[in-house]
Amino acid sequence: MTLDAKIPGGPLAQKWDRHRFELKLVNPANKKKFDIIVVGTGLAGASAAATLAELGYNVKNFCIQDSPRRAHSIAAQGGINAAKNYSNDGDSVWRLFYDTVKGGDFRAREANVYRLAQLSCNIIDHCVAQGIPFARDYGGLLDNRSFGGAQVSRTFYARGQTGQQLLLGAYSSLMRQAASGRVKIFPRRELMDLVVINGQARGIVVRNLINGQLESHDAHAVVLATGGYGNVFCLSTNAMSSNASAIFRAYQKGACLANPCFTQIHPTCIPVHGTYQSKLTLMSESLRNDGRVWVPKQPGDKRSADSIPEEQRDYYLEKKYPSFGNLVPRDVASRNAKEQCDLGKGVGETGLAVYLDFTDAIKRDGRDVVSSKYGNLFDMYEKITGDNPYETPMMIYPAVHYTMGGLWVDYNLMSTIDGLFVLGEANFSDHGANRLGASALMQGLADGYFIIPYTIGGYLAGTRFPAVDAGHEEFKNCEASVHQKTARLLKIKGKRTASDFHRELGLIMWDYCGMSRNETGLSKALGMIRKLKQEYWENVNIPGTGDEFNQSLERAGRVADFFEFGELMIVDALHRKESCGCHFNTAYQTEENEAKRDDENFAYVAAWEYAGSGSDPILHKEPLIFENVKLSQRSYK
Amino acid sequence: MSAKRINLTLKVWRQSAGEIIGSLKTYSASDISTDMSFLEMLDVVNENLIKNGEDPIAFDHDCREGICGMCGSVVNGRAHGHESNTTLCQLHMRHFSDGDTIVIEPWRAKPFKVIKDLVVDRSALDELIQAGGFISVNAGGAPDANAIPIARETAEAAFNAAACIGCGACIAACPNASAMLFVGAKVSHLSLLPQGKPEAKKRARQMVRKMKELGFGNCSNEAECEAECPKGISIREIARLNREFIKAEFS
Repeated sequence: MTLDAKIPGGPLAQKWDRHRFELKLVNPANKKKFDIIVVGTGLAGASAAATLAELGYNVKNFCIQDSPRRAHSIAAQGGINAAKNYSNDGDSVWRLFYDTVKGGDFRAREANVYRLAQLSCNIIDHCVAQGIPFARDYGGLLDNRSFGGAQVSRTFYARGQTGQQLLLGAYSSLMRQAASGRVKIFPRRELMDLVVINGQARGIVVRNLINGQLESHDAHAVVLATGGYGNVFCLSTNAMSSNASAIFRAYQKGACLANPCFTQIHPTCIPVHGTYQSKLTLMSESLRNDGRVWVPKQPGDKRSADSIPEEQRDYYLEKKYPSFGNLVPRDVASRNAKEQCDLGKGVGETGLAVYLDFTDAIKRDGRDVVSSKYGNLFDMYEKITGDNPYETPMMIYPAVHYTMGGLWVDYNLMSTIDGLFVLGEANFSDHGANRLGASALMQGLADGYFIIPYTIGGYLAGTRFPAVDAGHEEFKNCEASVHQKTARLLKIKGKRTASDFHRELGLIMWDYCGMSRNETGLSKALGMIRKLKQEYWENVNIPGTGDEFNQSLERAGRVADFFEFGELMIVDALHRKESCGCHFNTAYQTEENEAKRDDENFAYVAAWEYAGSGSDPILHKEPLIFENVKLSQRSYK
Repeated sequence: MSAKRINLTLKVWRQSAGEIIGSLKTYSASDISTDMSFLEMLDVVNENLIKNGEDPIAFDHDCREGICGMCGSVVNGRAHGHESNTTLCQLHMRHFSDGDTIVIEPWRAKPFKVIKDLVVDRSALDELIQAGGFISVNAGGAPDANAIPIARETAEAAFNAAACIGCGACIAACPNASAMLFVGAKVSHLSLLPQGKPEAKKRARQMVRKMKELGFGNCSNEAECEAECPKGISIREIARLNREFIKAEFS
């Protein structure tokens, strides 16, 4: 297999225009003859399904929840970037492009990122037209704020619920198309297999989660927008049903998985407090605009925050990074929090937390101003912890949040399987080794509203499709293998629950493949995971049957895939003998403890090809060529 | 705050499938940390049920941070429990006392059929939005985002309505199972904004018609919906819906 990213020629700023002109078009009258499956209804999935239907295609849209409106994009808090330069502070498409490539520690494709920055402006225009109530200033124009990794204000927001509002916008467009009959929505369905016929993705097999029955659906192309794989770590900011199964099925059918070890640990989350805990809650990065991060200077200082005098506090981010201060990128902020806690300076009952203090902001701007910016976040914090952040500093600690890795896609967002397109967090494309804040919403919507509508047309217009429907033998084969796997899981009737195994897997991943890694730890973890996986298939206990509403069975299937995925993440982390962005191998660091890249040997995308169960995956390399930015050591000092 | 451990008795609605008659069953939840969320408490109970070879309690949940709208049950007669402005996943056990008995039931409303135990079918809410809860704009044709200034207070008012998470608590809490708050919130959000005005009349008329067609009841000003809404959506949105509807019918 050779990876062809299909990046158009010509100067960077003209590549997308040129490509759109070169793409073949589907005649408007012919669009209704094409069926497209979209799996997922988050920002990427819902925007793609709605826009493809607006163009006239027949769309079938699947989601795991009871309504498309509940996809996990809904939980994004802080905002969405766009290079509008409304703040008149020197922003431009080029600067957003540069910040994103640099923030990703030079492990993303220039052409993709530039296109993303270009489209960012169209997204805001469209979202305002949909009725999204973005924050506005007193003159009635749109307001902006700053986010980590940038020195301009380019983040548009809707209180602390930007993801919710953007998703409800995409959902409303989707509902409009559902009413028109051009989209058919299939809620409470989980993808069980991808059907590939003659080398083309031609359909999917899903389980109807209400009655357990399998359903086969055929199409001319399949779009996966099924999100990230952060729940490999068990505890993460992801929703409970977020899973890696859909992209893992695609991987097993021949789609390469790229950079799986690039996982982002978000610096500002509510710390872990018990073994029963089911998820971690993010506190938006926007809080770092006004909150000051600190720990006691003296290790082991157990006094309460208010009894530690100013001169005995260590504002370590402001000290170490004077120009970016508390707004350094996420990977840098997270590693520094871990470093402080490892030094024994962590706070709270577990010692695994740092303070995020708003005292100075409240003194400077008044409680009302702080409340209008962050009120809902403060309320949320108080609900969960029982502490009031207006009075005592928040305690925060890093948590798994986003996965930059995902299915490998070319410039058209097509995977290594013809006709299988991958959007949003499920693909690997734009964030390199670290994603900047407020860029995930931008990417999901760029993929769905403004990229896939053109590129899928190019594929459909230029491809011959043999007649295939859901009665085809390959659909039957896929259904049979799903039945077999389900029966095998249900037959085990062991002693431990799937959740119990999941927690143990998560701890292994967090300890050895989390914020920092090293070869010894990674190799050890690989052995531990393989052993635990073996036990899983001998000792998991799943109640009930496969022919009914069975949440335990759903979970068990996802956990089975998390084991496989975790292994692949470690294989990838072991092979990348450098540090970059969120992949921090302790053997490769600068004198200042920053990630030290090896551009000579590792400036490539690592795309892994499945080689069968029990065999080592095959590595393919897509070299990253930087013609427009100069590779440099990231510095946020 | 430091956590305590409490013991509880649960009476939970068990119904193995929609067509089968259900009943309340009693379970004990012991050694529950007061730092747990309500759903984490149910997780602990379920883990024990599985270990004892029993069928775990089915309940809907997803984001567990109060924004997706997937969770929701009637707890001691109150939708999402007794704490105001709180979804079930954000209700924490520190609001209960040792020895409490907690009754947990699904949303009950004619358009919400029980699927299993506490899980109900809320697809009627999607149908309501399909009837007109959108602005008809295709991707690609929008003017510059700052082309139409919108007064800050208007945007704020629209946001207050747009904060609805579609959980269905308002309907479960209403003695008539009316969806007026849900529909009112969407109609208000869109009709307040200049972008939503061209379709305002059609939207109000069609969404109200659809509400009736789907079997939701009428509003009799009980205000239970406002009391139970986890996002604090005000019944002013219902008043606004009524105004929009009347404008539509008489023009």
